[in-house]
Amino acid sequence: MSYTGRFRVWRGHAGGGALADFEVEVNEGEVVLDVIHRLQATQAPDLAVRWNCKAGKCGSCSAEINGQPRLLCMTRMSVFTPDEVVTVTPMRTFPVIRDLVTDVSYNYAKAREIPSFTPPIDLAPGEFRMSQADVQRSQEFRKCIECFLCQDTCHVVRDHEENKAVFAGPRFLMRVAELEMHPLDVSDRVAGVQDQHGLGRCNITKCCTEVCPEGIKITDNALIPMKERVADQRYDPLVWLGRTISRRPR
Amino acid sequence: MTETERHEYDVLVVGAGGAGLRAAIEARERGLRTAIICKSLFGKAHTVMAEGGCAAAMGNVAEKDSWQVHFRDTMRGGKFLNSWRMAELHAKEAPDRVWELEAWGALFDRTPDGRISQRNFGGHTYPRLAHVGDRTGLELLRTLQQRVVALQQADYFQTGDYEARLRVFAECTVTELLTDDDGAIAGAFGYWRESGRFVVFSAPAVVLATGGIGKSFKVTSNSWEYTGDGHALALRAGASLVDMEFVQFHPTGMVWPPSVKGILVTEGVRGDGGVLRNSDGDRFMFGYVPDVFKGQYAQTEDEADRWYDDQDNNRRTPDLLPRDEVARAINTEVKEGRGSPHGGVFLDIASRMPAEEIRRRLPSMYHQFKELADVDITAEPMEVGPTCHYVMGGIDVDPDTGQSGVPGLFAAGECAGGMHGSNRLGGNSLSDLLVFGRRAGLGAADYVAGLGRRPAWRSGDVDAAARMALAPFDAPSAGAPGENPYTLHAELQGVMNDLVGIIRTEAEMSVALERLGELRGRLRDVVVEGHRQYNPGWHLALDLRNMLMVSEAVASSALMRTESRGGHTRDDHPMLDPEWRHRVLVTRCDRDDPGGDPVVPRVTVEPEERVPMREDLLALFDLVELEKYYTAAELTAHPEGGAA
Amino acid sequence: MTTTARGVDARGRAQVGARNLRTDRWWLPPAATTVGLLIFLVYGGARAFQQQYFFADERYLTPFYSPCVSLGCASEPGSAHFGMFLPDHPLIPYAALSLPFLLGFRLTCYYYRKAYYRSFWLAPAACAVPEPHAAYTGETRFPLILQNSHRYFFYVAVIVSLVNTYDAIVAFRHPTDGFVVGVGNLVLLVNVALLWCYTVSCHSCRHVMGGRLTHFSKHPVRYWLWTKISALNTRHMLFAWITLGTLILTDLYVMLVARGTITDLRLIG
Repeated sequence: MSYTGRFRVWRGHAGGGALADFEVEVNEGEVVLDVIHRLQATQAPDLAVRWNCKAGKCGSCSAEINGQPRLLCMTRMSVFTPDEVVTVTPMRTFPVIRDLVTDVSYNYAKAREIPSFTPPIDLAPGEFRMSQADVQRSQEFRKCIECFLCQDTCHVVRDHEENKAVFAGPRFLMRVAELEMHPLDVSDRVAGVQDQHGLGRCNITKCCTEVCPEGIKITDNALIPMKERVADQRYDPLVWLGRTISRRPR
Repeated sequence: MTETERHEYDVLVVGAGGAGLRAAIEARERGLRTAIICKSLFGKAHTVMAEGGCAAAMGNVAEKDSWQVHFRDTMRGGKFLNSWRMAELHAKEAPDRVWELEAWGALFDRTPDGRISQRNFGGHTYPRLAHVGDRTGLELLRTLQQRVVALQQADYFQTGDYEARLRVFAECTVTELLTDDDGAIAGAFGYWRESGRFVVFSAPAVVLATGGIGKSFKVTSNSWEYTGDGHALALRAGASLVDMEFVQFHPTGMVWPPSVKGILVTEGVRGDGGVLRNSDGDRFMFGYVPDVFKGQYAQTEDEADRWYDDQDNNRRTPDLLPRDEVARAINTEVKEGRGSPHGGVFLDIASRMPAEEIRRRLPSMYHQFKELADVDITAEPMEVGPTCHYVMGGIDVDPDTGQSGVPGLFAAGECAGGMHGSNRLGGNSLSDLLVFGRRAGLGAADYVAGLGRRPAWRSGDVDAAARMALAPFDAPSAGAPGENPYTLHAELQGVMNDLVGIIRTEAEMSVALERLGELRGRLRDVVVEGHRQYNPGWHLALDLRNMLMVSEAVASSALMRTESRGGHTRDDHPMLDPEWRHRVLVTRCDRDDPGGDPVVPRVTVEPEERVPMREDLLALFDLVELEKYYTAAELTAHPEGGAA
Repeated sequence: MTTTARGVDARGRAQVGARNLRTDRWWLPPAATTVGLLIFLVYGGARAFQQQYFFADERYLTPFYSPCVSLGCASEPGSAHFGMFLPDHPLIPYAALSLPFLLGFRLTCYYYRKAYYRSFWLAPAACAVPEPHAAYTGETRFPLILQNSHRYFFYVAVIVSLVNTYDAIVAFRHPTDGFVVGVGNLVLLVNVALLWCYTVSCHSCRHVMGGRLTHFSKHPVRYWLWTKISALNTRHMLFAWITLGTLILTDLYVMLVARGTITDLRLIG
């Protein structure tokens, strides 16, 4: 079953651009990325789009389809009616490079700001012992394919450019949670997550969880537990009282 | 010409998959200024697609496992064509490489006593694959990526600059290696995908870790990046390739719908009870058990079904024959008109067990089909067919250092040849790239340390490379129609898939070489629209050079090897031939041939003798087994074989 | 609202023209949330200050008046299980001891925060829909930094849930007929069971019971608790809405019986 689909694809660069209309063949079983590829092969050979595995495993083809942050390769055409206009734009939280390709260097900069895994110094490779129960929370976060859709949809930076300096975004707050919950990480990450990485700006409205193509429960399993750990250290009068009495250094 | 961006490094790593990152980490840890250049974003490499696991004889689950057993399994899997030294190093060093990952933050699945869990896999005698569910490759790549970041953080604390000693050039493509007058590596030339601007790297050592060649085939499990860049760059720089005829086709890739064509359907589906059926509904594999395996596989459906529950008293189902056998059977069924509507066969698990059981045992497969294809595998059969998966052939390297024939040029991972012989075992690629990625990084570091002076590239080479890269923007030669790169690519994939695919004949391959020759001519007239900024049509036009060159290497090698073995099946030479075991097909290109084609230089393939296996390693095998593969004259080195 | 480009229109980002391109009815969930929360607030507020029809059939105490600690509770003998000491004043609800904390528990709840940030504050109303505010600091400053006190409200909510449970249990004892079971008993029981589900599925509870541990393997009991609470926690939103409904229905039932509009059906005794 084939039909002629109507597409509106944003074309342009940092200086400006517009939605361009296309009519393009759509076949049964295809995903949006297939149609974008057909546009490249038949009508717009220089249409820029970033993609790699086309199997939802590398997280390269992030964009926005009908205003929703999604992977182009994981959005089946069958979710649209044949007469529906499908609008594809680049992610709107990051600077655009060209057409559907954006500059995602914000994310790599944030990744560098998070102190790396810190194992105990006396443990040699091969001596690590961890139980499955202790690693499974962090394992969920390590399913992340770094498509940055959560970063794209998060209103903290999407709607407030100025917050980019002080907010690491859901993906990297989750990275802190992953290390904090790692059974053999010896570094204390609670103060950092609040002060350096901006966890307090998260208002747990869960859009990151909604758009995650891996189905990671970012808010419930990473962000809220981190907020609770911050509360342990900062906002728990009992703990504060205990610390003051015993004069335990923070 | 205009000012070109220049960088100077000690070691240049091309490719940011597992092998590339591991090489870069090693070079940086040895104190060298290292650059990683990759076509995609950092962390997107094809390594993330690996599912099953990373083979390493740690003995966490089966204490009897050892490097010797792993070595034997690897050699058997490769039908004794492997570089035995690589197989030895690989088996010995893989456990250390896996443990090291753990110290860098990897979280593998655990055994009850807290060690790394290991799972069974085809061809491995013991449970040996360290894994994380079915996303082991992602874990491995992410760990290496985060290790790179950790090293950058260390440099930042020391120097205030994250990129002082280790920098990633993402979305940057290398189109040519630069060498000095003596042929030693002097640097590399490339372009930024984002801007189209050129960039020149000066470096005395280059590590190629560019992966495979799958994008030359129509149906493949590989991503667009797999265009054989490293293979072609090495050839043009004067290095040679080996074993290029060996391409692994996985028997069960998805064939429908088109959006997922080629994506792998894990062997686990068949291991857990899924069966192959043709359009008549027959379990055809029972008709395809070759004589050599007759005693080992079930002959009736009843027996095969009993095997799942009682493996001691029943023989396994022929659905689980080796990959090449299954792929060949599927091919025959489709050719004889008993295929599925979209040119595959049916893989049926829906009728074999309750829906809930399928979802529990094969969660990712259920998810994959549901999400990508809108197919509910608990209700309907999957359509599957062979898909191009891995190339065993690659750059000829020294096993210990990863150095190719070109001074300063190293290679590791899929683009290096030899390790897997004629057929790779599942799980051996992730360990391969860790072991040899590290060794290549080390080899490069030692090479640079021992160098008296930095080689300077030949004058004019940078300008020539720039002209070559910009050629697709030129108008075609008078009278010629401008060729569309997408069309050329589709035709190339068709030729390789249909004529040099899983089953090969002399006649078809001769046609293929002819067609490749035509494509080579048309590539010269390729024209791209638009400008240099993030222009995928242009990128493809440049990648096509490499794909064509590598395709010629594959087709020429395959035509020459008149036997069937592992990832090379000849319909006209269906048997294994011991006289071919000790010969290796070497691909070279003469880059300074004055009459040659500068766009896609011609390659030549010649047979050479393999280095005989060291005696102590040979002694690890029974003579009886070796006699199936070796000529009698070769076995005099075996302790029991002196009489022969 | 300023005219300088910000948010999705900020410099360097793709200039798409439209602030959002969603084609689905993204405004429906926040609108529904607003309506639902307003209904509860209006009903609950009206009932909390009504100061009558809160005790029925000499044994059913509505949760809106539990614990009944005002001197005014004397109007319904038997309704005060924990003494009467707060002054009887129209502006002081009879359950003034528990209601502020219950309100605080729900106000600082991680689910309700999402709900009202989205529906009342439009930050954001729906994913990828621009919010109308010029500046945003999230929960880093007063007053929103107080959201971090959620766990204290949780502790009090546990005590109140115990009180509600006590209410539901003593309701089986009729002052004259002894042990009886009426429909009202079942209503109270279901209500209190669902309140427990909401209370223990709380994110703070999940954290305190086990989530804060790094090594589950060393604390098997707390790990077990954590897994059970985690399973409930995935339905926290569901319980949040269900309990709003059951609170209203339970109160309505008690009120109607107390007013004599309907008669409680006696099942046993």
